[in-house]
Amino acid sequence: MGNFLVWVIWLLAAAACVGTGLRVVTASNPFSSALSLIGNLASLAVLYLLASGEFVAAAQILVYAGAVMVMFLFVIAYLGGRADAPWAGGTRLIQTASVIAATALLSVVFVALMLNADGRLSDEAEVTRAFGSPAEMGRLFLTDHLLAFEITSIVLLVAAVGGVVLGMRSENEALIDAGNGEGA
Amino acid sequence: MNGPGIPWYLAISAILFSTGIAGVLLRRSPLIVLLSLEIMLNASNLAFVGFSRLFGQMDGQVFALAVMAVAAAEVCVGLGLIVAMARRNLDLDVDRMTELRG
Repeated sequence: MGNFLVWVIWLLAAAACVGTGLRVVTASNPFSSALSLIGNLASLAVLYLLASGEFVAAAQILVYAGAVMVMFLFVIAYLGGRADAPWAGGTRLIQTASVIAATALLSVVFVALMLNADGRLSDEAEVTRAFGSPAEMGRLFLTDHLLAFEITSIVLLVAAVGGVVLGMRSENEALIDAGNGEGA
Repeated sequence: MNGPGIPWYLAISAILFSTGIAGVLLRRSPLIVLLSLEIMLNASNLAFVGFSRLFGQMDGQVFALAVMAVAAAEVCVGLGLIVAMARRNLDLDVDRMTELRG
């Protein structure tokens, strides 16, 4: 019975995941794209939970669906109508090529999965209850992966500084604005 | 595990990644290109978590968290660029951003 429920929840989450993913790419309004991406991230978090990645699932909701997507929605709201993105007209070479590339990759992975990689994908390791728990993740981050943890914080700091620098008014812009002010 | 095996996770991961590729290459709005990039990063995260479960090693989940941090950094810089483009009254269209063409 538990088995059946797990399958049902998994399939629902997977269907939601694929559906919202397609909606992100096909929607012409960026706002609904971003909202679909939130649904996509939430259903991915369900899949993480079913693969015993509790902490990753929680971080997915908090960091991605929370912080990152709020930033996205703010920028879309700031841009207003300018952000609208209707589809490009006509079929060009790059569009055909991109569809071919995506399908080729998809079929390669599916063939590999159907061959089941010589059965190496079917025997899953036994894991304890602590697998994927916040305590265990914290222990790994502060012992085996301490360097990666610290470098991640530097990457985030650099990105934050970069965001501020990109957001500053350049001298050029300030001059143009001052010129317009005098003219008026 | 009682539920679906790892191949199912990898299949969903592949579908999501292909969706992301199609979005990055087909759409012209930089915002939607960024959103599609997020889909691709999350597809790789799903594969990481799936393989982490398969081998019973948690390093895959640690790397998934690192990918999340990199994605947050990328969004920060990408959105900064888009806002800078908008303030200079450039078209929000990646096909028209050709100034760097060699």
